[in-house]
Amino acid sequence: MAKSTVMALDGAKAVANAMRQINPDVVAAYPITPQTEIVQNFSQFVADGLVDTEFIPVESEHAAMSACIGASAAGGRVMTATASAGLALMWEVVYVAASMRLPIVMSVVNRALSAPLNIHCDHSDSMGARDAGWIQIYAETAQEAYDNTLQAIRIAEHPDLRVPVMSMQDGFITGHGVERVEILDDEEVKKFIGTYQPQHSLLDVDHPATYGAWDFYDFYFEHKRQQTDALSKAMPIIVQVGEEYGKLTGRRYGIFDPYEMDDAEVAIVVLSSTAGTARTVIKALRQKGIKIGLIKPRVFRPFPAQELTEALKNVKVVAVLDRSIAFGAMGGAGPLFLELCAALYAYGDGRGPQVVDYIFGLGGRDVLPAYIERAAQDILHIAETGERGDLVRYLGLRE
Amino acid sequence: MPNLEATWKEASWGGVVYEAGNSVEYITGGWRSFRPIRDMEQCTHCMICWVYCPDSAVLVKDGKVVGFDYDHCKGCGICAQECPVNVKEPHEYTGQMGKVIQMVPETEFEGW
Repeated sequence: MAKSTVMALDGAKAVANAMRQINPDVVAAYPITPQTEIVQNFSQFVADGLVDTEFIPVESEHAAMSACIGASAAGGRVMTATASAGLALMWEVVYVAASMRLPIVMSVVNRALSAPLNIHCDHSDSMGARDAGWIQIYAETAQEAYDNTLQAIRIAEHPDLRVPVMSMQDGFITGHGVERVEILDDEEVKKFIGTYQPQHSLLDVDHPATYGAWDFYDFYFEHKRQQTDALSKAMPIIVQVGEEYGKLTGRRYGIFDPYEMDDAEVAIVVLSSTAGTARTVIKALRQKGIKIGLIKPRVFRPFPAQELTEALKNVKVVAVLDRSIAFGAMGGAGPLFLELCAALYAYGDGRGPQVVDYIFGLGGRDVLPAYIERAAQDILHIAETGERGDLVRYLGLRE
Repeated sequence: MPNLEATWKEASWGGVVYEAGNSVEYITGGWRSFRPIRDMEQCTHCMICWVYCPDSAVLVKDGKVVGFDYDHCKGCGICAQECPVNVKEPHEYTGQMGKVIQMVPETEFEGW
């Protein structure tokens, strides 16, 4: 096992440390709560001479991603970080980064979108960007946020992909919560991520290339097809990088993290930090002999449709917990539910489980174990009676 | 010039262009709905059209305007707008008074 040091870090500092070890050529970023701590800590590393990075303190997030795109097209290893309104302001160029196949890694500390103004955690920001052509990975803990950041570099830069990666953690809950985090030795990180070999560089004047040129009805369609092909090839690469990282650290990463799923009759599916709370609830229910399990998807883009369908094939009822709403979608459900329903329909052979959605935790609303237990009791009841009831429900909402 | 028949598997990733200066091979003249026509006798070769043309589609040889590059002229009409010379005789193509460069609907030409 590779040498590492245990530190007390919050998720943001853990990511800032990962960035220090990655030592990107360029970081262009703008501070926004609750991501500020990443940029703040990283800029301190720059000021202290601990990295060689060209740090560009830009005037907006649109500028941040634009500068990242230029630097990445120039052949640099490039990173940034944002949240909420910052990601929303980036919108146009978030798509451009993916469309130009630039392997930028962006850390997102999930925060609600306005209005009314809210700085606390939900997944509206990154879920809004789910179709932008980026790979999306969600972390439960500060440790995972750190680990995912290092793996994101390898995934994004894989020669078969060259797709940017968004690496998420929950605002404040993970971002500002101090945890035990194992930080690899700098040299180990260096070896793991390797040297970035850009396919082309704008700075290579002997081999000139033009990025973002005119792309009309005669080629645009083909380029979009290439993007969807790249995303469809990403899963085995994500798995391979996760296994390699596991050999290095003892912490193996896959597509999703199952808990007590072997004989589960009902299951909860939830992303990020809430999976920790759900695991505690499930542990307690298991001690009472209740056959309930948990799946915590790690990769949301590409969506592991077949893998989740397979993992849930013997389950009678699934409760999906969504920390954002896809407004106007079926039943006012959340994106995780919608994607999972589509997967079960497409790959479930008509035999999949019943599924209900629980919207929870919007704008940082606390998620108490009692809420998750309520969802668990609901799905046990559905399993018993066969009566599904409401498609979409709410946890922790005053009703 | 990129292979215009390239499939999605063959096209360059992200639409990156690897040949420098190949925009000349991209024929944009087909976008034109009005064609600039110059009265060659009455033109003073002041080069104002050459200066203003945004597509470098005014052809010049030995200090004289010799015509337009209709493969790339998009028919924007800036040359006709900026042409400072008024004809003294009716325009040799349109038969109208006005500028030395005048815009003529593409529908009047063969191949439309």
